Amino acid sequence: MRSFLTILFRDIRLATRAGGGAFLALAFFAAVATLVPLGIGSDLRLLARIAGGVLWVGAILAALLSLDRLFQPDFEDGSLDVLALSPMPLEALSLAKIAAHWITTGLALTILSPALGLLFGLPQRGYAPLVISLAIGSPTVSAIGAIAAALTLSIRRGGLILPFIVLPLLVPVVIFGASAVTGAIEGLSNGALGLLAAFSFAVTVVSPFVTAAALRLNLAG
Amino acid sequence: MASIFEFANPTRFMKLSGVLLPWLSAIAVLSLTAGLYLGFTCPPDYQQGDTVRIMFIHVPAAWVAMMTYGLMALASLIGLVNRHPLADVAAKTAAPLGALFTALALITGSLWGKPMWGTYWVWDGRLTSFLLLLFLYLGYIALWNAIEDETRAARAAAILALVGVVNLPIIEFSVEWWTTLHQGESIVRMGGPLIASVYLWPLGLMALGYTTLFFTLWLVRIRTEILDRRARSLMLGAT
Repeated sequence: MRSFLTILFRDIRLATRAGGGAFLALAFFAAVATLVPLGIGSDLRLLARIAGGVLWVGAILAALLSLDRLFQPDFEDGSLDVLALSPMPLEALSLAKIAAHWITTGLALTILSPALGLLFGLPQRGYAPLVISLAIGSPTVSAIGAIAAALTLSIRRGGLILPFIVLPLLVPVVIFGASAVTGAIEGLSNGALGLLAAFSFAVTVVSPFVTAAALRLNLAG
Repeated sequence: MASIFEFANPTRFMKLSGVLLPWLSAIAVLSLTAGLYLGFTCPPDYQQGDTVRIMFIHVPAAWVAMMTYGLMALASLIGLVNRHPLADVAAKTAAPLGALFTALALITGSLWGKPMWGTYWVWDGRLTSFLLLLFLYLGYIALWNAIEDETRAARAAAILALVGVVNLPIIEFSVEWWTTLHQGESIVRMGGPLIASVYLWPLGLMALGYTTLFFTLWLVRIRTEILDRRARSLMLGAT
């Protein structure tokens, strides 16, 4: 448990210090949310309707930005080998990495999202579903992303095919997350939040094991 | 013990597949010819007219595309658990075929959609999940090509294929659920008349033809890969 927390805090520190990806992701998220109205037009009614989808897509893209650096630096400087030799199971290491990535991207984006919802003229009743769906769903992005990051670890330009692998797998999150917000704005409860929670729990539980398996095959040989 | 693993020995596999290949390709040619002939001579549908003939090349392609993913995942699982190179080769060679059949289903589907629905593309559940299936195939191929070490590439791709096969039903469900949420103008149903036997025959023959064609191409690809590896190891031995 202590080594788990050590890795967790180490990764959070690395991400938030200079050169880390955390603030970059937030800035990217804000930039996407600013560009969309400029491209689509300033009709607030239209913007309010698409707010849920745009913010969800922006959050996923922002989280993707830092995913390829999840294991890469540790792999390159050899600390991943040392960590793999330590008594802590690789599964726990993966979970710590996923948690750290989520806290520095997903959770931060969730906290920022109401402010961006404001820019889109999101109706009052849309805020709670937006924040809740991002809070529940964004761990999935980190969890599925960790699998892909571990799989593409030994590839030099792994960052290029990583989004390609991750995006089809993330479709359920986008659909449930965005429609939870849209549904709430239109005033119908559609169970999207429940389905999102179910998917998120399942993925977050399974992912550390798959990630660890993928790490193992990259460390062997 | 007679099991599929008996043929996992590459030499035995080459022998058996060499015997099977002419038969498989003959069945493929015959049933495709007969299916195409019946498909072109059957009377036009009273609602869809001549465009109903697209069904004969579209529907079997979609079936084979889905079957291929299942086979690829199965081969990946065997490769991952039993660490057998032949299973890795089988999974690797199935992927481009699967991508091809998926693309064929998408293209013929959109050509069929234009006269029937008035548009090449709708964000219908079926169509969307097939597009995602194509992306899964392409991601799998890209991952395999990006990793230089062959056994490592096989393991990584196998993990991806298995993650994909677990996720596919969820993607399918979420996409279906998504389109039913947006009721209205874009919902297009494949209703129409129940299939009459004049259409069922060519469809069945084409399905048989596509399936045997897939297995023929698959076996040829596996054989080529095995021969390629042998040639490479011979070359390494010669230097």
